[in-house]
Amino acid sequence: MNRVLRKIASTLLAAAGALVLVSIFLDLVPGDPVDAILGEQAMEADREALRQALHLDESVWVRTGIFVRDALSLDLRSSVPPFQDRVFDRIAQALPRTAVLALTSLAFALTVALPLGIAAALRPRGPLDALASGFAVLGAALPRIWIGPLLIILFAIRLDWLPVSGLDSAWGLVLPTATLGLALAAFLARMIRASLLDTLGEDFVRTAKAKGLPPARVLFLHAFPNALLPVLTVVGLQLGALLGGAVVTEKVFDFPGMGSLLLQAIDRRDYNMVRACVLAFTFSYLVVNLLTDLAYQAVDPRVRERN
Amino acid sequence: MSAELPLPLEDEAEIAPRRRPWVEGFGPRLGLAIVGLLLLVAIFAPWLSPHDPQAIALERELLPPSAAHPLGTAENGVDVLSQVLWGARVSLLVGILATAISAVFGTLLGAWAGQVGGLWDETLMRVVDVLLAFPGILLAIFVTAVLGPSLANVIFALCATGWTGYARLARAQVLGLRQREFVLAARAAGATDLRILVRHLLPNLLGPVVVQATFGIPGAMLAEASLSFLGLGVPPGTPSWGALVDQGTQYLLIAPHVALVPGLAIAVSVLGFNLLGDGLRDRLDPRASPAGR
Repeated sequence: MNRVLRKIASTLLAAAGALVLVSIFLDLVPGDPVDAILGEQAMEADREALRQALHLDESVWVRTGIFVRDALSLDLRSSVPPFQDRVFDRIAQALPRTAVLALTSLAFALTVALPLGIAAALRPRGPLDALASGFAVLGAALPRIWIGPLLIILFAIRLDWLPVSGLDSAWGLVLPTATLGLALAAFLARMIRASLLDTLGEDFVRTAKAKGLPPARVLFLHAFPNALLPVLTVVGLQLGALLGGAVVTEKVFDFPGMGSLLLQAIDRRDYNMVRACVLAFTFSYLVVNLLTDLAYQAVDPRVRERN
Repeated sequence: MSAELPLPLEDEAEIAPRRRPWVEGFGPRLGLAIVGLLLLVAIFAPWLSPHDPQAIALERELLPPSAAHPLGTAENGVDVLSQVLWGARVSLLVGILATAISAVFGTLLGAWAGQVGGLWDETLMRVVDVLLAFPGILLAIFVTAVLGPSLANVIFALCATGWTGYARLARAQVLGLRQREFVLAARAAGATDLRILVRHLLPNLLGPVVVQATFGIPGAMLAEASLSFLGLGVPPGTPSWGALVDQGTQYLLIAPHVALVPGLAIAVSVLGFNLLGDGLRDRLDPRASPAGR
């Protein structure tokens, strides 16, 4: 229990640190934010309204406090005229879409990586192993900003099977999912192969084989669950890269999620929205990491014993 | 000194491993070739480019590849080949500078934290935790969005999180090295923390740091391309692979080469560095070398 509490505490600490860091950094922006947002020719009434909305007369700490209060009471407003957009509503709309995209990408990555990684580990240096390692090397190098347009040209323009952009139907998820998940698939294939190879060399696997268990049983009931544990931790950590990559992927496909919301807010210099988006991304990542960690402890008897 | 001590050696050859080339095998050699070519392209871009990368010719806009423009033209009729050749400069410059600054800064901070421990160590690790709480390149997006697009801001944004990996690596290595005889001997001889760090620890850290940096360069190049693609990287007009892809995505239907050519340049460059890094890692990791077995 102690470990769990410590984990939660350190997550909260990181979240608070991220909030403070983002707030202080916004405060360091050179020049008057009012000029940056409205331009220097803006009317005095608008300037004053913006000054009020951003609480520019207060110190950075008071401002951060007000931001937290507004965010927690779900009443945080956009910081560009007419200051009416409720930030929470926009995020509540966009966040589930990005979450779905991240989950389908993860599912896609696992669907590709599991069979490939297992096949490669069962016959090291065989043809499937060569394919898996080639895939791992390529997948890590191909940038999303290249894969995305390539998939659009192939499947949306040439073959006309899938929509070019947007999310009018579930089909709109297919190409963004492949674009976002490819790097993770490559990484996981490599990881699963290495982990399974290690496990297959362990004593308990040899014992299971010596008992005369059928090979499939040894593989799936003895070796595989143990090989999956290190992969689980990595999946949690890789989700950060997935969320960062989502911003790029969403722009390629004009996908109306958190990434597009963030880029739009940056474009409009809507500081409240930018700050809220960055923190929403960060907190989602921290929560998933925490859950992965707790799941890991729940699943691995060796870690459970130690508590 | 050691020559005077009669060491219990069974076989001289066992401790003096055969000299091995730094880069061996097909993959790492290919990587080295790609990286070398990329460096040459970046250095000689002004002489290799058939056109001024910013020369505008509206009548030649978005043309497919031809003799005058081997890779076609982009918006405003600028030559894609020249843009891609000049783009190698920006990409490599950001990749190398951001990685070098991160590596030096992170290694020194992490090694010092591992060496002196205590409050300094605790504080540094909490700062690293906070910076690693941001997913992927999100913090870099935030930093460049606030500071505005410029080459210096991109490098700063990448260093802001980039140093943390080196700090963790150096700290972990130092914690492992600290109990080794040569460090204990130096301490017993009265060496200060700083002297032990500079004379004994840092030289032993160099291998792992160089390997990590070899993977850091393509990471930073990818990040620069992503930021420029998002309109947050280099200022408008600067030839950058990411910015060219951004422009090209608007013309996928009529001029797919504008997005695909610079994207391929990024992919090949990153692949080259990764292959080279794999080779160096195998070479410098004692578990992977035949002499260590």
